[in-house]
Amino acid sequence: MTSLLETPADPAVERRQAVQAAANSSLGRRKLASKVTLGVCWLFLFIAVVPLVAVIAYVIAKGLPAWNADFFTQSTKPEGYSPSGVWNAIVGTAVITLIATVVAIPVGLLCGLFLAESEDRAAAVLRFTADVMTGIPSIIVGIFGYIAIVRNFGGYSGFAGAFAIGFIMLPVIIRAGETAFRGVPNSLNEAALALGARRSTVARKVVVPTALPGVITGVLLAVARGLGETAPLLLTIFGNQYLQWNPSKPMEALPILIYNYSSQPYADLIQVAWGAALLLMAVVLVLSIGSRLVAAYLRKERR
Amino acid sequence: MTDASSRTPHAEESLTVQAEQAIIEPPTGEVVMTLRDVAVSFAGKTAVRDVSFDVAAGEVTALIGPSGSGKTTLLRALNRMHDTVRSASVTGSVHLGDLDVYGPDTDATLLRSRVGMVFQRPNPFPTMSIYDNAVSGLRFNGVRKKSLLDEAAESSLIAAALWDSVKDRLKAHGRTLSGGEQQRLCIARALAVEPEVLLMDEPTSALDPIATKRIEELVGELKNRVTIVIVTHNMQQAMRVSDRCAFLLMGDDKAGELIEFGPTSKLFSEPTDPRTLDYVNGRFG
Repeated sequence: MTSLLETPADPAVERRQAVQAAANSSLGRRKLASKVTLGVCWLFLFIAVVPLVAVIAYVIAKGLPAWNADFFTQSTKPEGYSPSGVWNAIVGTAVITLIATVVAIPVGLLCGLFLAESEDRAAAVLRFTADVMTGIPSIIVGIFGYIAIVRNFGGYSGFAGAFAIGFIMLPVIIRAGETAFRGVPNSLNEAALALGARRSTVARKVVVPTALPGVITGVLLAVARGLGETAPLLLTIFGNQYLQWNPSKPMEALPILIYNYSSQPYADLIQVAWGAALLLMAVVLVLSIGSRLVAAYLRKERR
Repeated sequence: MTDASSRTPHAEESLTVQAEQAIIEPPTGEVVMTLRDVAVSFAGKTAVRDVSFDVAAGEVTALIGPSGSGKTTLLRALNRMHDTVRSASVTGSVHLGDLDVYGPDTDATLLRSRVGMVFQRPNPFPTMSIYDNAVSGLRFNGVRKKSLLDEAAESSLIAAALWDSVKDRLKAHGRTLSGGEQQRLCIARALAVEPEVLLMDEPTSALDPIATKRIEELVGELKNRVTIVIVTHNMQQAMRVSDRCAFLLMGDDKAGELIEFGPTSKLFSEPTDPRTLDYVNGRFG
């Protein structure tokens, strides 16, 4: 090897020596640059994670003392009255989110399937629409719900809130569905087509089942998103300090309760708001983590 | 299809120019598929043209030729898989018996249940068990009767030489099988529909030599059951498994064209066209 390296006449050998010399002399600098870059990455990771951990820790510390049996079973009471709880808000949020989800899932997934399977102009228009919907500020969705539903259909109601929340969830489900359906390998489409399946059959029996883990993740994330929205509800459900199961009437919801009670000058109401904040955060976290676990489980099932 | 139709005259023009060059020795027995002046183009660019030959019943017909000669493109024209590609356009005529494959009244999905296909890479449905994979084609076509499904599963898995190793775990996922077994499951899946013709697109290209050997043996055994058209880039494989060969070659304009068609033994021992001789002797490709 050394004799080869020392042959001066060969330009390839000279180039090799030049490259190796440059590599050796710059090694220290490159190692340092690598370390610095990695350090900066860690620093920014820390900066990103610290607020999240701080929020979670603070909400747990403040909210946990509010949690007791009454908190989950009693409706809200004015300041100084007990037992007080958030049962009415839990019911309202559950009913509103359920209605919004039940409507948004089939519409959103069918739109997503259409986007994944079709390439014509209608698909481009739908995709653009979904993108615009994602970008609309949620307070404007609330105003729209107020104008379109509250003003025309008998005033504030859970349905109006569900409409606004469904509007927020829909584009999330559409895009998550499209991504999941597009992830199905084309070879499976072709295999089914080559067996004499129609496109509708391919979609129903191959594309949808294969994309299921991604679809479930997307839907659960959309539900988590819808649960926490406050602005669309402010102008649509009004709030209700009594228990109300009927979605055609004004309802309470957890984000509304947090918004209203946290700005009150009474310690017991602020305490209830903290407890509700912890509950809302816990549900959203469970949904986010749960969606990942479900998807991971389903993917593992198939291996 | 729309923008390709305006270019069609160009494709037909080149057809007439090239048509005399192909050397075709038609089969003497019963014919299941006939191809006449078949050309496929994508967005106006011709990928393969000037292909005319007959597929004999109960035989294995191999499409051979170097990369880019349009073997796979031609094969996919036989069961209208190009329908899924918007820019693709097929001209000329393909007949399955009396059925005009590209006729205005011909339903592509019904045609595909008569002309099955096996792909380069094993592609069993990942959400389905071995049994469900085997009978998926029947279910796609609306068969619900359990006894019929059971019979089809057993018969097709036996034909694909897979039954003995999977009969005790039919409910297991298709992905638990090895690559070669997965490909045989895909063959079983295609056979279960009882197609008249089975198209195989380089079915062993993703498999190891032992799995390849088993698939090749299988091709020979399946002849009694189904007519096979197989694409292969491997000349030894074509020699081993096929009765008749179509040799395609990329022309000067990058479009594949048929050079010679005839019995495999003749094509490999005494081909008429010197280009065929060069190819089978491994001088290029």
